[in-house]
Amino acid sequence: MKVTLSWLNEYVPIEMGVDDLSDALTMIGLEVESITDRFEYMKNVKVGRVIDIQPHPATDRLKICVVDAGKGLLRIICGAPNVKKGMLAPIALPGTLFPDGTNLDKSIIRGVLSEGMICSEKELGLGLDQSGAMILGSSHRTGENLANALELSDTILEISVTPNRPDCLSLLGIAREIAGIQKTTLRYPDTRIADKFNDLSGMSSVRIEAADYCPRYSARVLSDVKMGPSPFWLQDRLISVGSRPINNIVDVTNYVLMETGQPLHAFDFDKLSENRIVVRTAMKGETFTTLDQKERIMPPDALMICDGQKPVALAGIMGGLNSEITETTSRVFIESAYFDPVSIRRTSKALGLSTEASYRFERGVDPSGTVSALDRAAVLMSGVSSGKILKGYIDETPKAIPQKKVILSVSKTKRLLGSDYSQDDISKLLSSIEFKSLKLDQDRIEVVSPMFRVDIDRPEDLMEEVARLSGYQRIPTTFPSMPAGIRKSNNMVEVRNRIKTVMVGLGFLEVINYSFIHESSQDRLMLPDNDPRRKKVPILNPLSEEQTCMRTSLVPGLLGTLQRNLYQQIRTLRLFEAGKIYIGQGGDRLPVEKEMLTVLRTGARFNPSWHGKETPCDFYDLKGVVESLLESQHVMGVVFTRMPKEICYYTRPGYTAQIRIKDVPVGLAGEVHPEVLKAFDVRQPVFIAELCLDDLMLHLPDTKQSVPISRYPAVLRDFTIIVDKEIEAWNILHCANDAQEEFVENIQLFDVFYGKPIPAGKKSISFRITYRSMNKTLEDKEVNQIHQRISNLLLKSFNASLPE
Amino acid sequence: MEKSLEQIQYQALEELEKASDVESIRALTTRYLGRKGELTKLLREISGLLPDERASFGKKANAAKRILDHAVNEALTRVQSAAAPTGEWIDVSLPGRHSGVGVLHPITQITQQICDIFQKMGFDIAEGPEVESDYYNFEALNIPKNHPARDMQDTFYVSENVVLRTHTSPVQIRTMERQSPPVRIIAPGKVFRCDSDLTHTPMFHQVEGLLVDENISFGDLKGMLTAFVHQMFDEGTSLRFRPSFFPFTEPSAEVDILCVICRGKGCRVCSQTGWLEVLGSGMVHPALFEKVGYDSERYTGFAFGMGVERIAMLKYGIDDIRKFFENDARFLMRF
Repeated sequence: MKVTLSWLNEYVPIEMGVDDLSDALTMIGLEVESITDRFEYMKNVKVGRVIDIQPHPATDRLKICVVDAGKGLLRIICGAPNVKKGMLAPIALPGTLFPDGTNLDKSIIRGVLSEGMICSEKELGLGLDQSGAMILGSSHRTGENLANALELSDTILEISVTPNRPDCLSLLGIAREIAGIQKTTLRYPDTRIADKFNDLSGMSSVRIEAADYCPRYSARVLSDVKMGPSPFWLQDRLISVGSRPINNIVDVTNYVLMETGQPLHAFDFDKLSENRIVVRTAMKGETFTTLDQKERIMPPDALMICDGQKPVALAGIMGGLNSEITETTSRVFIESAYFDPVSIRRTSKALGLSTEASYRFERGVDPSGTVSALDRAAVLMSGVSSGKILKGYIDETPKAIPQKKVILSVSKTKRLLGSDYSQDDISKLLSSIEFKSLKLDQDRIEVVSPMFRVDIDRPEDLMEEVARLSGYQRIPTTFPSMPAGIRKSNNMVEVRNRIKTVMVGLGFLEVINYSFIHESSQDRLMLPDNDPRRKKVPILNPLSEEQTCMRTSLVPGLLGTLQRNLYQQIRTLRLFEAGKIYIGQGGDRLPVEKEMLTVLRTGARFNPSWHGKETPCDFYDLKGVVESLLESQHVMGVVFTRMPKEICYYTRPGYTAQIRIKDVPVGLAGEVHPEVLKAFDVRQPVFIAELCLDDLMLHLPDTKQSVPISRYPAVLRDFTIIVDKEIEAWNILHCANDAQEEFVENIQLFDVFYGKPIPAGKKSISFRITYRSMNKTLEDKEVNQIHQRISNLLLKSFNASLPE
Repeated sequence: MEKSLEQIQYQALEELEKASDVESIRALTTRYLGRKGELTKLLREISGLLPDERASFGKKANAAKRILDHAVNEALTRVQSAAAPTGEWIDVSLPGRHSGVGVLHPITQITQQICDIFQKMGFDIAEGPEVESDYYNFEALNIPKNHPARDMQDTFYVSENVVLRTHTSPVQIRTMERQSPPVRIIAPGKVFRCDSDLTHTPMFHQVEGLLVDENISFGDLKGMLTAFVHQMFDEGTSLRFRPSFFPFTEPSAEVDILCVICRGKGCRVCSQTGWLEVLGSGMVHPALFEKVGYDSERYTGFAFGMGVERIAMLKYGIDDIRKFFENDARFLMRF
């Protein structure tokens, strides 16, 4: 909401400087977003004297004026008929931005350079005269800023008005708050009407068929109006707050809207069939052409203002083309109504049509203010159009809006705010902005709020008034007394933080990608139609094509991040993201949200350095990270086994592991499928691992337990067996561990070899077993026996042989 | 023979003790332990011994060898550490072997800082769904359908009654439905609004807080948020509470801090006002208590919320919010 100081001054004498005023408004809840000098655009407009006038070589209509504007002589091309040698006129220098939006530059006009512009009143926004140069009084000094010379000064405040305060969407509303701050009185505009012409009664009527949506409708009629542009003062006021002048009648309705916050509409009375108004809801499929010349289909329940036969306005939002005020209008019907906020908002939303009027109606205008706004408009219209105000007015109130009374307890106010107020303090504060209060007893006050305060329903609303009017800064800063109890902390948050910390320790960068992705992402991951990750959660109103549905996998986001980094020549990356995926359940059911961890590794194993040749990372670099992570969380029973081809979609079959914990799949690790990489425009191998953190949570041990540590020496024994190449190594390890031989502390796989001299289709696998006892030094003989048992077991279980 | 073994050992130890540079130690090593050294020579003579003497001699000779090896090393260490440098060196300026450095995303770091501060003040962390029902995101928070307050947040819709949550405030309701007072929670998480420019991304992060108990006042809200701001920024940060509007709090307050860039003089970051909005807050609206079945006569409370990106931008001097989600490794490595 834009207001100017000069306009506010009409209703309240402003006693503060503009900065203080701005602070004071901000601190009572009317945040001042900007303060601008209304005449800022004139800083390059000077008083200049025309020294000489020469003919233009190319045309008679233009002259070359030599002008003294303070700093040397300027040559200015001018077409104004009234320029005379010796006259003073406003000279705009290059760089001036005129109120109509044009920017003045040095320019060559028909072959001659013009170094400025001699301006008319209209061009400077100082009047309506555009017949020639604006002539300045001879007392001014050349070179002086025009704004100084004419003592033009005004400030525009841009105020952010919260949705609960429609009363402040007007000059009067803001002036009222200033009056409250200053403890001065508010001057309401004059609305006295000497209506002595023909009586309105009998000439027109208003019938309301939808009382719930239109609780009040007031109207007046003016006759003998002379249409034309508004006088300068009226146009100037509208322009100063960002509204565009149209004609004298419409300008008055806009002026009163800005002044009082009550939207008005002016109809051409002679275009209203039967000269009457009917207020009803739209019929099914009814169309209507609004003032902006668009034919619209009315949503069901839209409130229509009709005449005796047809709709003439879309209530509270926009008038109709068919009843518009035009140059030939001579009788004006002014509407000033109170419409139901919900009804107006619904229609405005449905049509995607928001106007100054609908903005105010949907927030709630003053139901008691229709007639005073109407009278104000009538007075002003009569003044600017010489129209005659017909005697009497229409005021239909089919549904009364009750005045609101709230009982306020002083002790509760003190308790909630944590500050001390007396009953008197409270009454005084409230009365400064027109609340009436009545003392009920020592503690309670009955408060009647003014009708324009649609936001007051409960005692807490009044407490806020008390707090803001006395100043939030007045409330002492305290600390709540709190019991020392501690609740069990949120497990997921802790686990997630722990895992993130480990990943960072392992050298990975955390990324955060948008939770929405392109709808083709599931295709790009080559997911089959029946995959749960195909159950998208679509966004009905996405901002871009890239963000049309919620992600069902973190992989597309990470590959996107990788792609962006590759474009910046960053080729070695270790990334991870922890976040939710969303599996749609259809309709109004909330999606299933699962917490995932996805790890990505690509490029070199180590950052390239002088220590050795750069080697690319591979599957085992990634697997090592996942193993380290799970080990750090003491997860038991982890197995990586080959991902069955039928469920291996976006990673390379044969190069992908399914990660299982105690035989339950919790994720995967593998090389990204080349087709997928192509779809993401990535041209180097990429390894990813995915873990479902919700599933992982189930396998995290609740407690940690210390185990005794042996003080006796260990005995190491190696052995190598030759097995079928097809056998996954974990089977062998698992088998050896399962034997649960005494003294076996650790079994480590330290070598795998195939090729000569190992026969084709076979591989050799070497293990190192650490033996140790808790209570003695082991004898060689003992160890040898156990070692033999284990190797025999493996030889038998895997149909293996010993190396030659 | 055994005598000369002892002699050799004694002599060698004595000379090693006296040796004062690497060269002479090397020479002694060759003389005693080298291929043609005295001890080696002696060991070769073992073949001339009787079989039962061999074992005991062998043991002793090996022991002597071990002792001398050890003495040589000791002597070397002694002269190397004490004596002048030998001219051998490594280029310590060459880069070391890196296993790579990881970094938490700046948003995670700031979120954790915020949570830490409130956890120290006795708050628990609570979380909730990111795709929410209209009821929890709006209705229960006193934002009915067709209320202009809905315009304050541009909402992404999934279906007529399901939205991407526009704030973490639904967690307030879900927590209060589950738990009776006292309640002290903070709820960090992702939120979504359809808006995109230098200071808005369609997804961002919030931390929301809620405290409900008997006798909680607006003064307490001021106290706690002041303590928070002083921890998060610095002790000297000036702040102001000014009236505002949120449908779920009454009274409501916006919390501004003195601009960290210009210290209140007015700059681009604070739009020349000298103040930066960092928190929205207020006393819990009684309508919320009614929705969750709390006795609004007995309990009062306050709630607050802040944008994590905004705080991160101020603390780290970031001018474009979109950088957080581009995830350029060079950007992330700075934090």
